[in-house]
Amino acid sequence: MQRCLIKYITNLLVTFVTITSCSKDSDEIKTIKFWAMGSEAEQVSKILPEFEKKYPSIKVKVQQIPWTAAQEKLITAFASDNTPDICQLGNTWIPQFASLNAIISLDKFIAKSEIVKPVNFFSGIWETNIIDNKVYGIPWYVDTRLMFYRKDVFERAGFKDPPKNWDELYTLCVRIKETQKTKDRFPIFIPTNEWNSFIIFGLQAGAELLKDENTRGNFSSKEFKEAFDYLIRFHKENLTPFGMMQVTNVYQAMAEEYISIYFSGPWNIPEFKKWMTGELADKWATAPMPGYLNEYPGVSLAGGSSLVIFKDSRYKDEVWKLIEFLSEPEIQLKVYKVTNNLPSVIQVWQDTSLSNDIYMKAFYQQLQNVVSAPKIPEWEQIVFSKLQQYAEFAARGVMTTEEALKKLNEDADRILEKRRWLVESKRGMVK
Amino acid sequence: MKKQRALSFKTTTTTAYFFLAPALSAIFIFFFIPVIAAFIISFTDFDIYTLGNFSTLRLIGFDNYVKLFSDDLFWTALGNTFYFVVVAGPLSIAVSLTAALLLNSKLVKFKSLFRLAYFLPVVTTLVAVAIVWRFIYHPNFGILNFFLGLIGINPIDWLGDPDWAMPSIILLAVWKNFGYNMIIFIAGLQNIPEELYEAADIVGANAFQKFKHITLPMLAPTTIFVSIITMIGYFQLFAEPYVMTQGGPLNKTLSIVQYMYQEGFRWWNMGYSASIAFVLFIIIFIGTLIQFKVQKLSK
Repeated sequence: MQRCLIKYITNLLVTFVTITSCSKDSDEIKTIKFWAMGSEAEQVSKILPEFEKKYPSIKVKVQQIPWTAAQEKLITAFASDNTPDICQLGNTWIPQFASLNAIISLDKFIAKSEIVKPVNFFSGIWETNIIDNKVYGIPWYVDTRLMFYRKDVFERAGFKDPPKNWDELYTLCVRIKETQKTKDRFPIFIPTNEWNSFIIFGLQAGAELLKDENTRGNFSSKEFKEAFDYLIRFHKENLTPFGMMQVTNVYQAMAEEYISIYFSGPWNIPEFKKWMTGELADKWATAPMPGYLNEYPGVSLAGGSSLVIFKDSRYKDEVWKLIEFLSEPEIQLKVYKVTNNLPSVIQVWQDTSLSNDIYMKAFYQQLQNVVSAPKIPEWEQIVFSKLQQYAEFAARGVMTTEEALKKLNEDADRILEKRRWLVESKRGMVK
Repeated sequence: MKKQRALSFKTTTTTAYFFLAPALSAIFIFFFIPVIAAFIISFTDFDIYTLGNFSTLRLIGFDNYVKLFSDDLFWTALGNTFYFVVVAGPLSIAVSLTAALLLNSKLVKFKSLFRLAYFLPVVTTLVAVAIVWRFIYHPNFGILNFFLGLIGINPIDWLGDPDWAMPSIILLAVWKNFGYNMIIFIAGLQNIPEELYEAADIVGANAFQKFKHITLPMLAPTTIFVSIITMIGYFQLFAEPYVMTQGGPLNKTLSIVQYMYQEGFRWWNMGYSASIAFVLFIIIFIGTLIQFKVQKLSK
């Protein structure tokens, strides 16, 4: 009896849903659900009317989701079959959603496209979207980390140009510390709760971060240890504060000369402009990352956001039209002007609003030499929960760098256990 | 006659169940099913790969639990949580009781104003509170270090120093929560018959004797209730460190619930996360049993 009732109710619901969705299909206008994050959502909705004018049969509904909760929201949406049609994804998240089978490979669209061609984009950035030789996302905007610094502090320490390699960077910091003669100031800021610097310097030293098809950690390698030692030395010699707890506001800290060098991304530029006013306005600059020995600029991490199409989307062709629209140089330039996000299409950088900007030059240079972090879903767990933890342990002297890296490797192996099993069982099947 | 009574009894129970049905089914659907599901998941390696492709799910028996007991971070989180419960629990009850006694005293004026003021932190959103407390604790500009400076104490990096971070969290939690228990204690105090105190006055008991021999024993049921609720709540410490320190520095404020949250909803290791939840459940269960035993013994 009860079972009958449940069946009856479910049937009723199913019919209802089909009726409503049928009626949607028969409508002329197709509505695309677009999830965007943070301020991008607000700004992009101002540009979309242009798209809707071009394609009267498509309507785009933008939903804003906060960056901090974005990943949880997306995965929950996936688990409950409520994904949007198109979404902006941070590059490091693409492996997760690709392994979830939540997003589709875009190769067949790219092959036919006039607008989206791999050569139009920065190659290091494009590469982050490729998993197992398939392209899953189209770069929407790019970012990478480089050096923000105080020009006047450098000059006082006798340095006209930003450091070009590791030795110069270290000597410069020691010199700045000498000229400052106070305990309350630090030449550089390498927070242990930002894994990026540790990975960037590791990559510069030539470290292979993971091994055996990304199924084991390789953090005890000679190269990675050298980079780790190099950065921890700044902590040991009191050249940098430990982390975010000591520097609640980097912009203010930079303005007060509490710190003079900080490796970070383009999202800081508007903030620095806001905080560095009056006399300080021309006292700060950006420069590419120093290199390991002679390489300049040194390599940095490829970041930014890509546009992806979800598997459950019923309007994949229409969504692709939207992606093409957002990849057009004029639109990219418009988005740059309203959001300050760096355009992913190289051609746009020739525009005077970018090529004449003194802070942008370094970014353009840096973007020529960026690589992606290992593209596996576990990567974020390894760096956020483990690398940052052991960097803090080493920086505070609770562990030696050898111990810290050994533990980091063990933890990485533990996290990658499932991946090892999957890769091995796949290999077994091939045999 | 007899038959009829049995029948009516039967109908009353059915009626009772009928009235209870909505509540019971809600509890069953939203409580028991998830708990059972979580219990089953804790014996699997449910993770992000499984979300994408269910065939990658492995039944791994007690592996999650075995792994848990050899996980340094789990023990750190457990240690921190016990530290918090053992220090903040009694402290918060003591503060609540003191505040309740003061507010119940006949000498105090503007009682309702004070009651409101003390209760205000309980109903304020923690995120807002945390922003204010971050300023209070700020090593350079914080008001706390300013006052300490007046009496010649060097500034302390409250949230950044591994030894001070947990005490800072405890202070915040006690301040935030004592108002709730205070209200319960006030209710308990008002239930103590006035005659007892009058009798004590006739015998010539002093204030402390009255407190020890009348107030405390009469408050025992309230105290046991308050301490169980507080203990259960404090074992689930999450929001305070989540917004103030994210578990740092050196994992000194990482709580067990926060670790569970990280594993489950940040890294999607649902199986492992579920096993942490069950260990926490068992700990809280044992804690509650002990408190009941203590109460029985003291009777």
